[in-house]
Amino acid sequence: MVKNINDLNSIHIDVLKEIGNIGAGNAATALAKLLNRKVDMDVPRVKIMGFREVSETLGNPELPVVGIMLKVTGDLTGNILFVLKQQAAVLLVNMLMGKPTDEEGDDEGHVFDELEISALKEIGNILAGSYLSSLSALTNLNIAPSVPGLAIDMAGAILSVPAIEFGKVGDSVLYIETEFTEGDKRVVGDFFLIPDVDTYSVLMKALGVSF
Amino acid sequence: MVKVIKVGMADLQSSVHPCIITTLGLGSCVGVALYDPVKKVAGLAHIMLPSSQQARNNSNIAKFADTAIVKLVQDMVALGAEKSRLVAKLAGGAQMFSFADGTSEMLRIGARNVAAAKEVLDSLRIPVISEDTGGNYGRTIEIHSDDGRLKIKTIGHGTKEI
Repeated sequence: MVKNINDLNSIHIDVLKEIGNIGAGNAATALAKLLNRKVDMDVPRVKIMGFREVSETLGNPELPVVGIMLKVTGDLTGNILFVLKQQAAVLLVNMLMGKPTDEEGDDEGHVFDELEISALKEIGNILAGSYLSSLSALTNLNIAPSVPGLAIDMAGAILSVPAIEFGKVGDSVLYIETEFTEGDKRVVGDFFLIPDVDTYSVLMKALGVSF
Repeated sequence: MVKVIKVGMADLQSSVHPCIITTLGLGSCVGVALYDPVKKVAGLAHIMLPSSQQARNNSNIAKFADTAIVKLVQDMVALGAEKSRLVAKLAGGAQMFSFADGTSEMLRIGARNVAAAKEVLDSLRIPVISEDTGGNYGRTIEIHSDDGRLKIKTIGHGTKEI
């Protein structure tokens, strides 16, 4: 029988949370090194949602955000999505490039130039790479990220992209979400690992958990 | 006060006049808006996938172009609409992300959703009178029951009515 999201029990959920913990911990360290600042993360959440809730994962579905997406390939397949509020993306790029940020300024309408966009993609690369390499070390699975794609658009439209694959197998999605914060608890962004349903069993087996 | 009805992802809603039916942040999914201009019955479906035939689980018929549009027409007829008078407007079906290997099935899903919706509408003899599909950006859409106009809002690509 083909396994589904509904077949996950509390032990499986804990395993997924722990994966988020280890992966995001490693990614937060990488981001901290990159920015030369302290980067914190919250406790990862395993979000199982109906499709109607997906676009509201980060609140208002029309909120303009920057989304960096990478496909995960290898023994484990799925997607990685890093979502930043527009303002946080500006801050991150400025930090990386050593440019001052107008702290009171309204960056809502900021138009990213080509250099800034490639900097954001590179941040996505580094975060995804460090997240997956710790996951790979933990599981002994062969896992690799694709090159990143970037979209600056409505949160709902961006968050729905990885959800579509779930539509073929069920009526809910599973996102492992970790929030990154910097400095005085300013939210940097939300990092999502979204493994394909078909690879839950691979993941569980690699960690010695029956599924 | 006009009643505003929200349609989620993989969802469909219809209503008699007066109403506004809206769906927020449409990406690769396609929004199919149907309207009977005489009875002023409006309907909107937020479709995720082209076909229920290729899916392992097809219990939610609002998810697929082939099943959602048929259901939406049924619902609207039950509200007094005449099938032969229905007209369709399409929006969405974008490709939000592009990758170097832009050939993967998941990334072309937007275009496939639009094509599937058109095929189903054609088989039901419902004309598509206007569309705003494709591109690489998200859309919020709302159909107004007074005249069937479909208002489209975007970030950075303006607002329009079709």
